[in-house]
Amino acid sequence: MKITILGAGPAGLYCGLLLKKANPAHEITIIERNPPDATYGWGVVFSDRTLAAFQEADYKSYRAITGRFVLWDAIDTYYRGELVRCGGHVFAGLSRKELLGILQARCRELGVALQFHTEVPDLAALSEFDLLIAADGVNSLVRRAYEETFKPRLVPGTARYVWFGTDKVLDAFTFIFRENEHGFFQVHSYPFSGTMSTFIVECDEETWRRAGLDTASEAESIAYCERLFAPELGGCHLYPNKSSWISFVTVKCATWRRGNVVLLGDSAHTAHFSIGSGTKLAMEDAIALANAIEQHPDLTTALAGYEMVRRPVVETLQAAAAESQAYFEGVRRYSRLEPVEFAFNLLTRSRRISYDDLRLRDPRFGELVDRWFERHYWAHEHKRVYSLIAPAPMLTPLALRGLTLPNRVVFSPGAALTEPAPAEEGTPALAYALEAVCLAQEGAGLVLTEPVAVSAEGRVTPDDNGLYRPEHVRAWRRITHALHDQTSACIGVLLSHAGRRGATRPRREGLDRPLRAGRWPLIAPSTLPFASTSQLPRALDRAGMDAVRDDFVRAARLAAEAGFDLLALHMGHGYLLASFLSPLVNRREDEYGGSLENRLRFPLEVLDAVRAAWPAKQPLAVALTVDDCCPGGLTYTDAVAITRTLAAHGCDLVVPLAGQTVPDAGPTYARGFLTGYAERLRNDAEILVLVGGYLTTTNEVNTLLAGGRADLCLMIPPAAPERAAGERLAAVSAPVAETASAARPTVAPDTVERGGGVAGAGGSGGRRPRTMAAASQHGGAMTQHDGEGK
Amino acid sequence: MQVGVGLPTTIPGTRGDVVLDWARRADAGPFSSVAVLDRLLYDSYDPLISLAAAAGATTRVRLATLIVIGPLRNPALLAKSAASLDALSGGRLTLGLSVGARHDDYEAAGVDYRTRGKRLVEQLATFRDHWEDERIGPAPARPGGPELLVGGLTDAAYARVARYADGYVHNGGPPRAFARAAERVRAAWLDAGRPGKPRLWGQSYFALGGEAAAEAGTAYLRDYYAFTGHFVERIVAELLTTPQGIAQLIRGYAEAGCDELALFPATSDPSELERLADVITSLAGTVTLPAPVTAAPSAQPFVGAPIGHPHAGRPGRGKDSR
Repeated sequence: MKITILGAGPAGLYCGLLLKKANPAHEITIIERNPPDATYGWGVVFSDRTLAAFQEADYKSYRAITGRFVLWDAIDTYYRGELVRCGGHVFAGLSRKELLGILQARCRELGVALQFHTEVPDLAALSEFDLLIAADGVNSLVRRAYEETFKPRLVPGTARYVWFGTDKVLDAFTFIFRENEHGFFQVHSYPFSGTMSTFIVECDEETWRRAGLDTASEAESIAYCERLFAPELGGCHLYPNKSSWISFVTVKCATWRRGNVVLLGDSAHTAHFSIGSGTKLAMEDAIALANAIEQHPDLTTALAGYEMVRRPVVETLQAAAAESQAYFEGVRRYSRLEPVEFAFNLLTRSRRISYDDLRLRDPRFGELVDRWFERHYWAHEHKRVYSLIAPAPMLTPLALRGLTLPNRVVFSPGAALTEPAPAEEGTPALAYALEAVCLAQEGAGLVLTEPVAVSAEGRVTPDDNGLYRPEHVRAWRRITHALHDQTSACIGVLLSHAGRRGATRPRREGLDRPLRAGRWPLIAPSTLPFASTSQLPRALDRAGMDAVRDDFVRAARLAAEAGFDLLALHMGHGYLLASFLSPLVNRREDEYGGSLENRLRFPLEVLDAVRAAWPAKQPLAVALTVDDCCPGGLTYTDAVAITRTLAAHGCDLVVPLAGQTVPDAGPTYARGFLTGYAERLRNDAEILVLVGGYLTTTNEVNTLLAGGRADLCLMIPPAAPERAAGERLAAVSAPVAETASAARPTVAPDTVERGGGVAGAGGSGGRRPRTMAAASQHGGAMTQHDGEGK
Repeated sequence: MQVGVGLPTTIPGTRGDVVLDWARRADAGPFSSVAVLDRLLYDSYDPLISLAAAAGATTRVRLATLIVIGPLRNPALLAKSAASLDALSGGRLTLGLSVGARHDDYEAAGVDYRTRGKRLVEQLATFRDHWEDERIGPAPARPGGPELLVGGLTDAAYARVARYADGYVHNGGPPRAFARAAERVRAAWLDAGRPGKPRLWGQSYFALGGEAAAEAGTAYLRDYYAFTGHFVERIVAELLTTPQGIAQLIRGYAEAGCDELALFPATSDPSELERLADVITSLAGTVTLPAPVTAAPSAQPFVGAPIGHPHAGRPGRGKDSR
C-alpha cells in the first residue's frame, strides 16, 4: 500500500514506523514542513499504561524512550507562599526533541521516507496514495479540506497560556499559583531532562490584558514571568521556543475518516494540556491505527475499527480534560481555600483521583489532610493548635449557630425506605419514624426529612408528611425525642409548599399525575399549569401570599415545638417558593415578578418571617434550585446572587438542587450530579453547602469535604442485604413506640422546652449516646413496617 | 435477581410452533419470564402478538417486552393491546417501552423519526390514565396497569423512568455498563422523590450449543445489528457461549442491582433452552428460582408478584434434569 502521512510529529512518525514494521511492503512517506530538529514545546509526559502499550507496539523505540526518561512521583503545589507536597503519582517525561529524534531514527532504520522542509499548500499537490494519514496537528490542513465530512467543532478556552522552558531543575510536577495586582496566574511545570523543565504560564484573558501581555514581545513576556515567579525560579531563567500566548483549542470531530483519508492525534481531537495527554493520545492512536490496518485487509473496515477502538478512550479523556480545563479557567474561585484544601482540590479536580486514592498514594499526605481539616474546621474553634489524631473529614463535627452536628454525613429517611411509607393526613408513618431514628443510630450526623408540607394544600400528594396540626407535632416529637435520647445526631425538617405541583397522586404512581378525587385548589405566582395535564393554579394575590407566609411561620413554630434542630426551606424543584424564582413560571408584572430582585421578594419575605419565628440559636437552611436546566430559566449566575441575599437574611446553609422546574428538563443524572454546582456555589457565594446528588460512598463524601467543595453530604444508604432491615428496626421500634405512647395522651409541658433546649445546648459537643440493649428487649412488635420485600 | 429467557421471535425463519413450544418449556423451567424484542423491518414476529400467544401456552411466567418501540404505534391502540394482553394473561405483562434505534422502522411505519421522544412521553404520560379510566378497557389486572419500563441509554431515558415508569430496561452489555446506567436511573429516581427502588432489567445473548451454535449466533447478531455498523463486533464479542460466561454475567448483574435479567437466544434450536435451564438451575444461590410447579397447573392465574416472590432457590433440580 502507498501511504502518505502528513506531519512528522510523534503521531505521524510512530504510525509510520509501526506500519512499516508490520508490513515492509508498504511504501510510506512522511511529509513535514519544518526541519527535522525543529520542535514546538518542550517536554512530554507518559503514564505507566501508555508505556506498556509502547513496549508491546515497538520494543526498540520503547527502550530508547525509557532510556531517556526522567521519572518523578510527586506533585508540588505552591500557593499563598506555601508548598504542599503529595507523592505517589508516577510520571515519566522526556524532551519532545529527543522523542522525535528517536522516532525519526527508527523510521529511517525501517525504511520510512521522511521529507522535511516540504510545505503542502493543498491536497491536490500530493502525489497519489492508497491511504492518507493526517497527523498534521491541531490546525490540520486535511481536516479543513474535508470539513463537511469531519464536521470539526473547535472550542477555544477562555484562558491564555504560553510554553517556556526553564533551567530550573525540578523534582516534581509543580503547580504554582500567584496573585498580583493584574490578576491570578498559574504555572504547570515538569522536568523533561536532567537539566531542563517545561514551564507553562496560564492566566485569564482579563489578567493577561491588564498585565500588558497582549502586546508584550517574547522577551517582555519572559521578563514579566521571571519577575512574577522569581521566588520559585530561584534565580533560574525562562527560555522561549516560538513562545506566544494562545488559547487552548479543543477539537472534536463527528468522524475521523473519509474514504482513504484518516485523522490521527491532534488533527482529530485535542485534550487540555493540564492532564498532559496530547502526545499520549496521539501515539496511542498511532498504535490503534497500525493494528487495525494490519488486522483488516479491507481499508474501510480497518479505519472504522480504528475509530471504534479509539473514540471511547478519547472521549473519556476529553471529558476529564474538560473538567481540568474548567478548573484552571475558574481556579480563582478557590482562592479563598487554605493551602492544604486548595492542593487537595487541585489533585482531585478531574474526579478520577479520590480521597482514598491519595491516602493510598501518599499516606503522609492523607494524614496531613485529615489533621488539617479537623484543626481548621473544628478544633480551631476550641483553641486547639494542632491535632495529632484526626478523623476522616466526614467524621469531623460541624458547628452551625448553636448546633453541633457530630459529623458531616446527612441521611434522609424516605430515600432509605424500600417501601412507600404514606403519611396519614400529614402524620408521618411509623415506618418513616423508625427509619429516621435508625439512620441516626447508624451514624448520621444529621437526619433531614423529605419535604414536609406547611399546610394541607401545600402537600404534593395526599401521602406527604405535614407539620400543620397538633397531631403532626406529637408524631414528629416522638421521632426527635427518640433520636435525641438515643444518639448524638441532629434532625432537620424541610418545610415546603407544593404550589402548582400540588394535589397529585402518590409518587409511587409516577410524578405530577393530578389526583382523580379529592383535589384541592393550587396556587402559583402565575396562572400556568406545571404540565399540560396538570391542574390550573390560581395566581397568588397579596392576601394569599400573607396566608402562605403565615403557614410557613406556623410550621416553623411547630417545628421548634416538635424538637427539630434545624429548619430548611424548600425553594427548589418547582414548588411554590421556587416557582417565584424561575422566570419560566413567574410571569407576574407586579413587584413580585420580572427582575431577579422582584422574583426573590416573596421567598425572601417568607425567609425573614420564618427566621424571626425560628430560635436564633438554631440554624436555617434553604434547598435551592440553582439551575432550571431549561432555556429561559433560572441560571447558576442567578443562583449565586440569590444565595448571597439569602445568606444576608440569615440563611446558614444552602442545599443546591437542579431541574424539575418544568417537566422533562433536568440535569444529567449520574453519580454526584450536583457536586459541580455545590463546589462552585460554596466558593462563589461563600456559604456553607449541603450537597446530595446520589452519593453512596464515604470516599465520595471525604473527597468533597477535603477539597472544600461542600460542608455536609447527603448520602444514599446501601440497600439490603448490607443493612439487615428487620434487626435494625427492631432495635429502635420499642423506644419510638414508648415515646409515642408517652407523648400521645399528655403532652408534658417541659417536653416542648426540652426540644428547643436540647438543640440550643448542642454547641457543647453532643448528647449521650445510649445503648439500645435494654430498649430492644421490647422490640419486634412493630416490625411489620420494616419494609421487607425480598 | 430473577432470570428470564427470550423467545426466538426475531431469529429469521423460526416457525411459530417453535416459538410457542419455547414459551411452554420456559414456563416449566427455572425462568421468571419470557421476553421479546421489537423490530419492524425484519423477519420477526410482532412483540405483543407473540406474547399473547405465549400467554395462552403458559400459566406462570411473566411476559415482557424488552422493549416495544412505542412511538411506531398509535398510543390508544397500544394502550388497548397492552391492557388486553395483561388481562388475558392474568396480569403477567411487563411493558417495556423505548424509542428504538432504527430510522427505517419509522419510515416504514410512516412516523416522523424526529417526533419519537415526544410520542413516547405522550404514551408514558397517558397509558395509566387510559387503563384506569377503563374507557380503553379491559380493566387492568393490577391497580395502575401492567408494570411499565423505559429503555434506552440517554439522559432523557433515565429521567423518563423516574417520572413515568416503574423501572428500566438496559440495552445489554457487560455488567459495568449496566451498573453505570443503573446508577443514573437510581440518581434520577431518588431526585424525583420516588419511593422504593426502580425495577432494573438487563439483557444479554447466549448460544450454548458449542462452536456451531456460537457461529450461527454470531451470524444472526451480525445480521440483526448490521445497522449499528462496526459496533456489531462488540455485541458479537459479548455473546455468551459457555456456562462460565453466563455465571459471571449473572453474578455481575446481580451485584450491580439488577432485578431481572433476560437471556435471549441467538439461535432458535430448542436444545439451547434446555442448556440454559441447566446452567440457571445450578446458580440457585445467585438466582432466585421460581417455585417448583406442583402437579396440575392451577386454574388460578399467576397474578404478578414480580418482586415479592417469596421463595429462594430450591437446590437439587439442576443435576436431576441433566
